[in-house]
Amino acid sequence: MSNLVTNVGHAHGHDHGHDDHHHDSGEMTVFGFWLYLMTDCILFASIFAVYAVLVNNVAGGPSGHEIFELPYVLGETALLLFSSITYGFAMLALFKGKKTQVLGWLAMTFLLGAGFIAMEINEFHILIAEGYGPSRSGFLSGFFTLVGTHGLHVTSGLIWMAIMMYQVQKNGLTATNKTRLSCLSLFWHFLDVVWICVFTVVYLMGTL
Amino acid sequence: MSKNRYPRLLGLLPLLGTLLLGGCNMTLLDPKGQVGLDERNLIITATLLMLLVVVPVIVMTFLFAWKYRATNTQATYTPKWSHSTKIEVAVWTIPVLIIIALGYVTYKSTHALDPYRPLESDVKPITIEVVSMDWKWLFIYPEQGIATVNKIVFPAHTPINFKVTSDTVMNSFFIPGLGGQIYAMAGMQTKLHLIANQNTELEGISANYSGAGFTGMKFKATATTQEEFDAWVNEVKKAPKQLEKAEYEALSKPSQNNPVELYSSVTPNLFQTIIDKYEGMNPGKPMHHEKKDKEVAHNMEGMDMSSHSAAGAEE
Amino acid sequence: MLGKLSWEAIPFHEPIVMVTLAIIALGGLALFAGITYFKKWTYLWTEWLTSVDHKKIGVMYIIVAMVMLLRGFADAIMMRTQLAMATEGSPGYLPPEHYDQIFTAHGVIMIIFMAMPFFTGLMNLAVPLQIGARDVAYPFLNSLSFWLLVSGVVLINVSLGVGEFAKTGWVAYPPLSGLQYSPGVGVDYYIWALQLSGLGTTLTGVNFLATVLKMRTPGMKLMDMPIFTWTCTWANVLIVASFPILTATLALLTLDRYMDFHIFTNELGGNPMMYVNLFWAWGHPEVYILILPAFGIFSEVISTFSGKKLFGHHSMIYASGAISVLGFMVWLHHFFTMGSGASVNAFFGLATMLISIPTGVKLFNWLFTIYQGRLRFTSHVLWTLGFMVTFAIGGMTGVLLAIPGADFVLHNSLFVIAHFHNVIIGGAVFGYIAGFAFYFPKAFGFKLHEGWGKAAFWFWISGFFVAFMPLYALGFMGMTRRLNATTNPEWVPYLYVAMFGAVMIAVGIACQLIQLYVSVRDRKKPENMCEHGDPWNAHTLEWSTSSPPPFYNFAVLPKAETIDPFTEAKEAGTAYQVPAKYEPIHMPNNTATGVVMGALLTVFGFAMIWHIWWLAIVSLVGTVAYFVIHAARDDQGYMVPVDVIERIEAEQHKRLVAAGKVPATATRVETSLEQA
Repeated sequence: MSNLVTNVGHAHGHDHGHDDHHHDSGEMTVFGFWLYLMTDCILFASIFAVYAVLVNNVAGGPSGHEIFELPYVLGETALLLFSSITYGFAMLALFKGKKTQVLGWLAMTFLLGAGFIAMEINEFHILIAEGYGPSRSGFLSGFFTLVGTHGLHVTSGLIWMAIMMYQVQKNGLTATNKTRLSCLSLFWHFLDVVWICVFTVVYLMGTL
Repeated sequence: MSKNRYPRLLGLLPLLGTLLLGGCNMTLLDPKGQVGLDERNLIITATLLMLLVVVPVIVMTFLFAWKYRATNTQATYTPKWSHSTKIEVAVWTIPVLIIIALGYVTYKSTHALDPYRPLESDVKPITIEVVSMDWKWLFIYPEQGIATVNKIVFPAHTPINFKVTSDTVMNSFFIPGLGGQIYAMAGMQTKLHLIANQNTELEGISANYSGAGFTGMKFKATATTQEEFDAWVNEVKKAPKQLEKAEYEALSKPSQNNPVELYSSVTPNLFQTIIDKYEGMNPGKPMHHEKKDKEVAHNMEGMDMSSHSAAGAEE
Repeated sequence: MLGKLSWEAIPFHEPIVMVTLAIIALGGLALFAGITYFKKWTYLWTEWLTSVDHKKIGVMYIIVAMVMLLRGFADAIMMRTQLAMATEGSPGYLPPEHYDQIFTAHGVIMIIFMAMPFFTGLMNLAVPLQIGARDVAYPFLNSLSFWLLVSGVVLINVSLGVGEFAKTGWVAYPPLSGLQYSPGVGVDYYIWALQLSGLGTTLTGVNFLATVLKMRTPGMKLMDMPIFTWTCTWANVLIVASFPILTATLALLTLDRYMDFHIFTNELGGNPMMYVNLFWAWGHPEVYILILPAFGIFSEVISTFSGKKLFGHHSMIYASGAISVLGFMVWLHHFFTMGSGASVNAFFGLATMLISIPTGVKLFNWLFTIYQGRLRFTSHVLWTLGFMVTFAIGGMTGVLLAIPGADFVLHNSLFVIAHFHNVIIGGAVFGYIAGFAFYFPKAFGFKLHEGWGKAAFWFWISGFFVAFMPLYALGFMGMTRRLNATTNPEWVPYLYVAMFGAVMIAVGIACQLIQLYVSVRDRKKPENMCEHGDPWNAHTLEWSTSSPPPFYNFAVLPKAETIDPFTEAKEAGTAYQVPAKYEPIHMPNNTATGVVMGALLTVFGFAMIWHIWWLAIVSLVGTVAYFVIHAARDDQGYMVPVDVIERIEAEQHKRLVAAGKVPATATRVETSLEQA
């Protein structure tokens, strides 16, 4: 779903010549991507609501208080927040038209994002190994669903980023690539915002 | 042109519906209990209120369509006329007024007919615990220490406090002749308060689809005099079967069109045990959503209302 | 290797299913042979299946909707027959495990695979034309949306012959739909059919919102958009806001069923009530998604055939908006009987009633559109008048159900069934059929046969009343829904009457099929031809271009500065002006990506249903890879050369002259309409 960025908004409304075309369709694509993000936002809102309902249904199992390690999660959070900053630098380089810099910052972002995912997988792994997998209780089901949904989004963002790095490497900073990098930028920052909510609602409110 | 006949023909259709609706034995329109009577009166009041606007709309549809038919060149024709503040104000105001009236009725009746509200009566109420199972109803009389399957007997003119839960999927406990229904859900208890105004024999059903044997999930509900009720209790106490653990487990197996069963005794606290089987809903520490439902809090024991407030919060 | 799939999944022992399958197989074979014989495969592939043209996608949506209407209606007839037969101790001819699948399939098919594609098809056909656009904002995405719907359609139909469908009712409430109580593949078919088509619907919502916000012809203000476009826009707002909830809810149910999560289970802290809340948080807006576009069609029809401007255009837009917003705040009225407490129930009851205010306003606005008009009693108008009467009754019973005190006895009874068929048939379906007859000439250049259309209307409406008025009565008699047999002798006559009503509707549907046949047969008769594009003397831009419209819709983007731009252009004599010269037009290329991704996702869904994990992984990776390759091609479309436009427009000019719409001597004007 997250990779569904249509390539060009072909049939643009104005009867201009060919030159305006790229600019126009790019703007349309980014607009559509905003709308898509709204739908994703509602998806997350639903899952947050579910988590809020399930958070106390520990069914004799552990509560968040007992299993969350705040310093570890703070590390995760730092990785993701930094990756948003490095993506910002990639976009700045993009506007300046500096291909090598764009690739460098994207690679940096990719590594930070991959680090975040690795830490999350590790956290999940430890919990499941301790017998606190999603099947243990309603609370843990809600936890794995919410954090996992975010993790899946980040993972698809990483795949997208890898493809974009290849595209930029091969075709340069074309109008299409600019549009797609802008969409990915929106997506990446959006996931950052969602993570801040996850961090607050799940980890912070769960441990404090 | 034959076109002109259409509006008149169309007028016959709702008439046909009215004919079909009238003149038959409608359980809900002829209830045997006070709650059902109040609910019927509410239905009639609300319908009459709404007809105030629905009938004119239907009549106007026929009148306007007929009068302004294309072949009627006598009628005024104003192709550009598309706004009139007067009419706009009227068409917004009329529905608003009806809804204000109806809203008042709704607000009052919703509180008065809340199934959790105990009925006012000088007679001491009796309690019946209701468990929906695959696919039958188990009734426990905690005060009398007896239990039945697919049959209840209770004295008329006596308020009945139904406590309802489920040992399977969701069902809805409903005796149409007495009034309201309430869902039966596992791991929690819902409440329903009913009373019979006369001695009568009624049908009870599950009103929420629950799988293959759902259709046969019926029971007989009999309202009798106090004396007959006492006699019946004594008779059940002589029944050979006792609802012990093994018996309950046998009963728990899915069965369709289960016959009536009578149990002379019941494991103490069976009802609560069935609720507690699904303990996951009730964590060690108290839920902090309960303040939302202040009015019913005093008679809410096992019922967990958190989902309404929390899933509602999503909006 | 094949997961849970084995030969036992095919119900050889059920004669009804096997006969149905044989008929479907024969029909499919005949279709296949026919296409091969007439050598139409290439045409079908290049002109239709890979098309990104909104008009063709719209037509394909409507074809799917009609086929599924037949399928869903077959279910309906089977249910009514069963209930007419299974009385007083007789078990009828359908055992519970079959009957329970049928009512589930009937609900899912009629809502998700009949009504939704019908509305989406009409929206595809008309909305871009109404706003003077050349296509939707994202033509490829539009094609993908359609093929995602087809994936769902294929899955739900495969469930007929391979395995089973859900036996849970179309709402699929857990714990009944959970693994413990529904261990079979039925619920999995339900989940994946809805999930895939729901994804397509979300993308459609995004696509059409972007279309109306960004692609309107120059000069068209938002508040001047035609009313059908507006009601579709509100429906799209609702789609974007509510379908993600369905996606999430189904995904959570999937986790429960596939990975032993405890989100909606009875045990270990799951909460089934949460599913009910989430389902209706989507489900209630969903019914407004269905009805609002139908309101739009009625508005177009009534103003066109009254020869008048629509009364209170702005008031209609606000009313639709109010319905949309309120539609999001009423979901709890589907389960007043859950024990939510009087205050919560009263809030949701009152919120529900508020919806009847804007709806009432709409009815009055239609009435005052007829008022002082010149109403032509065409079949479209009959559907509209029939709707106004039927819907007034259905709306009333709806408000009655919104009163918690009344709902306590009427909930889940046949009264509810009668109510929502009253508003969905009498509202949405009548609207779609009116819209179908209204826009059919736009899509194909000839009109539908009026006589058969009117016959269909009379059978439909009388059949509706005969079929569903008894259900209102049965509701009052205490008959609950989803029963597979009854024992009360007093109910029997009503069940017979209802069955007879369903047969009358079947005759109505037969009339429609005959109507299609007769209309296609007589398409060349001069009185049926309307390729000039304006058969109804209508108001809005879609009628200003030829029928069917050229693939680029408008050679020159039309001018739109008022609510009824085409009427005003016709009155000013500027409607069919030909510009001195044309500009080249940019158009998107067709692509097979949508159909290929749809096919791969169908395989993915099937593999997930049967736990064939390797195939699920292969098809999912294949889908993503195919999309990435598609995107990497970076297809920028092509330019339509001026001489092609010249040729197409010259033909249209000839047709207009022949139809007497423009004088033969008309000369070209120096300025194009856009610049004027």
